[in-house]
Amino acid sequence: MTKHVEIRICGLGGQGVVLAGQILGKAAVFDGLNVVQTQSYGAEARGSAAKSEVILSDTKVGFPMIRHCDVLVAMNQKSLDMYVKDLKDDGILIVDEGLVEKIPSGLKAKTFRVAATKTAENEFKSKLYANMIMLGAMTKISRVVSIGALEKAIAESFPEKVKEVNIEAFRKGLALT
Amino acid sequence: MLNPGIKFMQGSQALAEAAITAGLRFFAGYPITPASEIAEHLAKELPKVGGIAIQMEDEIASIATIIGASWTGAKVMTATSGPGFSLMQENIGLAFMTETPLVIADMQRAGPSTGQATKCGQGDVMQARWGTHGDYASITLSPNSVQEMFDLTIRAFNLAEKYRTPVILLGDEIIAHMRESIIIPPKNSIEIVNRKKPRPGETMFFGGEEIPPMPSIGEGFNVTVTGSTHDEYGIRITADPVGHRKLVKRLVGKILNNADEIVEVEAYNTENCKIGVVSFGCTSRAVYEAVERANEKGVKTGFIRLKTLWPFPEKQVKVLAQTAKTILVPEMNLRQIFFEVTRVAEGAAKVVPLNKIGGGEMITPEEILAVLLKEGA
Amino acid sequence: MSEEFSLRTYLRDIQPPFCAGCGAFTVMNTFLRAVHEMGHKDLRGFAFCSGIGCSSWIPSPHFKADTIHVTHGRSIPVATGVKLMRPDLNVVVFGGDGDIVGIGLSHLIHAARRNVDITVVMVNNMIYGMTGGQVAPTTPFKLPTTTTPYGNFERALDASKLIASAGACYVARWTTTHVSQLKESFKTAVNTKGFAFIEVISQCPTAFGRRVGFKDAGEMLQWFKANSVTVEEANKLTEEELQNKIVVGEFVKKEAPSLTETVYAVLKEAQKK
Repeated sequence: MTKHVEIRICGLGGQGVVLAGQILGKAAVFDGLNVVQTQSYGAEARGSAAKSEVILSDTKVGFPMIRHCDVLVAMNQKSLDMYVKDLKDDGILIVDEGLVEKIPSGLKAKTFRVAATKTAENEFKSKLYANMIMLGAMTKISRVVSIGALEKAIAESFPEKVKEVNIEAFRKGLALT
Repeated sequence: MLNPGIKFMQGSQALAEAAITAGLRFFAGYPITPASEIAEHLAKELPKVGGIAIQMEDEIASIATIIGASWTGAKVMTATSGPGFSLMQENIGLAFMTETPLVIADMQRAGPSTGQATKCGQGDVMQARWGTHGDYASITLSPNSVQEMFDLTIRAFNLAEKYRTPVILLGDEIIAHMRESIIIPPKNSIEIVNRKKPRPGETMFFGGEEIPPMPSIGEGFNVTVTGSTHDEYGIRITADPVGHRKLVKRLVGKILNNADEIVEVEAYNTENCKIGVVSFGCTSRAVYEAVERANEKGVKTGFIRLKTLWPFPEKQVKVLAQTAKTILVPEMNLRQIFFEVTRVAEGAAKVVPLNKIGGGEMITPEEILAVLLKEGA
Repeated sequence: MSEEFSLRTYLRDIQPPFCAGCGAFTVMNTFLRAVHEMGHKDLRGFAFCSGIGCSSWIPSPHFKADTIHVTHGRSIPVATGVKLMRPDLNVVVFGGDGDIVGIGLSHLIHAARRNVDITVVMVNNMIYGMTGGQVAPTTPFKLPTTTTPYGNFERALDASKLIASAGACYVARWTTTHVSQLKESFKTAVNTKGFAFIEVISQCPTAFGRRVGFKDAGEMLQWFKANSVTVEEANKLTEEELQNKIVVGEFVKKEAPSLTETVYAVLKEAQKK
């Protein structure tokens, strides 16, 4: 059976969803998978809906856009409402507990609530770490990419100074679920 | 410069890295979405290998500056998108007429005019072919993956140097911005072509052979470069009909006569299909799946994916037109390559367009499949 | 400089396309004389760029040198590309007022701002000569031209003043009657580290002189002479008194880091890392 997983991470511009997608993509390459990652922002650079999409496959990835979303990570209500439409019935929805209140009615996908932003603020004194916490939670729940590959990808993606704390945030996310 | 191996990188970065690998030493550009990442990456990386990256006052100055730099012997490039590409057209003609090797990377977005600046389009196909005035032959390459942003950029430089002509690398917003896993080959396995230089004492730099040698400024050749019609020595002949015919026919001929070497396509099942698909760039990525699914459903389908857009791959499309009953041409514009396919098919196959513009929405495998099943029924 | 000056040393055996009495002859001769006096036995240490217009023919194809003749208005960015890759060469641009401050004005301002070490020689005949006498940004107010048959309804641009304020290291203006001063300015400009701009007010008897009512080039030269005032003199005159005068002299002569210096400093720094 071939592996083909479509993951979408969405939120508000500035929440770090694009970076989270890039790190996930890089990790998948470490795991030996074929990867395509795309992203889109709203018209303004900050403060509107942003999304990052990653397609992982053990064969060549052709069409680069998500059509059948296996995993949707939503970091705020607006982006969830905008991007939930392609989520498969047997897919996984992971939302930031503090920022997403309403799960669309009738949604069949399995839903997980992770207090990412709250934990980031409480334990890392900055909501900037919410994206790495979410990545940790997603890794634990979906198991699409190995923990080792993700830690390596995080380490390569941040300057020395903040590398460790981001890995710590990722591990916190693993532990939250 | 990048070490060989498997990388995960953005299309624009792959293009920029390939340019450095190919020998780029002078870049001039002007910020524009979705091509700015190329300039930004080169601004950081090019000085490390002793090359210059400079931001000019506009796209006209950008291409003019690289023309000057190319005549010092350097490999040069600029990068832009539709609006900037339009501004460059006059000097693309100058580069063609003066036989100046250079690479123009055009990352297409939705036009005309400012259009949708951040959204993908494939509407510059004809601009790449006919954008400058007068008689002209274009070399235009069309990558469809991050890997090809690397591979075809190397090729673009090699073709520019070999044929002494501007080469257009026609990417698009999707390919420029997407990140993908790519393999950077070892440096010594990459073929690098350099322009032919004159021997001491040579004086004919604009004729005498199909692709004359190119001296550099400052080497003592007293080279006379001009965008006006000129003789083999570069001396202007502004009224003589024979001289003009001779020059322009050679310039066009050196590209069209070598089409077999310049043209590259990816072909699948073209000898044995009922329906063929001709596509290029990001749209071709939807074709793979659509063709596979059509074949699974019993509709014999093949495709040609144009890695070279210009000169148009006439031979390959002609062959497809002989075998296929129908040729589908999906593209993110309101029909451009469609007309070329129609011209080459000469009625031997029915040519069906499939077009979509706006919002950066790609033509999906399902949309292509639906036409394939309908036409194949 | 024992050898005697001969134009043949520097010129190809090609008949220039200029009309009888054209100021381009003076500019060409004076420039080459300056080159000779600077001790250059040939033009090996130079590269020339020009765009479109009569004066763009001064270097190309006439100079026995590397010359690039390009599109209308774009000689300055082409020269910038040459200079950046070959900082050792003296890069000189020749162009008319239409080429340099009409279609190519933005490049001129940016070249001065960047302080790219090239010399731009603008031969200002106050008209589009080659295309048949159309109005230029430098055409005097009220003067009739083929595209302003009822008189020019726009004001003329003071190019030297503009470029002085844009950051050039050397700016001078002369007329074709100030041959010795012009020659010295050419030497200064070529030796200037940074951007140098020389404006030469020049006669176009064919497309300009006729309209103003000058009989021939000689009358135009007399008019230049009679109406030229030096920078020093001009400082004492009122704006009204300066109406229709040609202010000549050196407007700027200063030192500042040039573009090649700053670019190559960056390269050196980047390669250390």
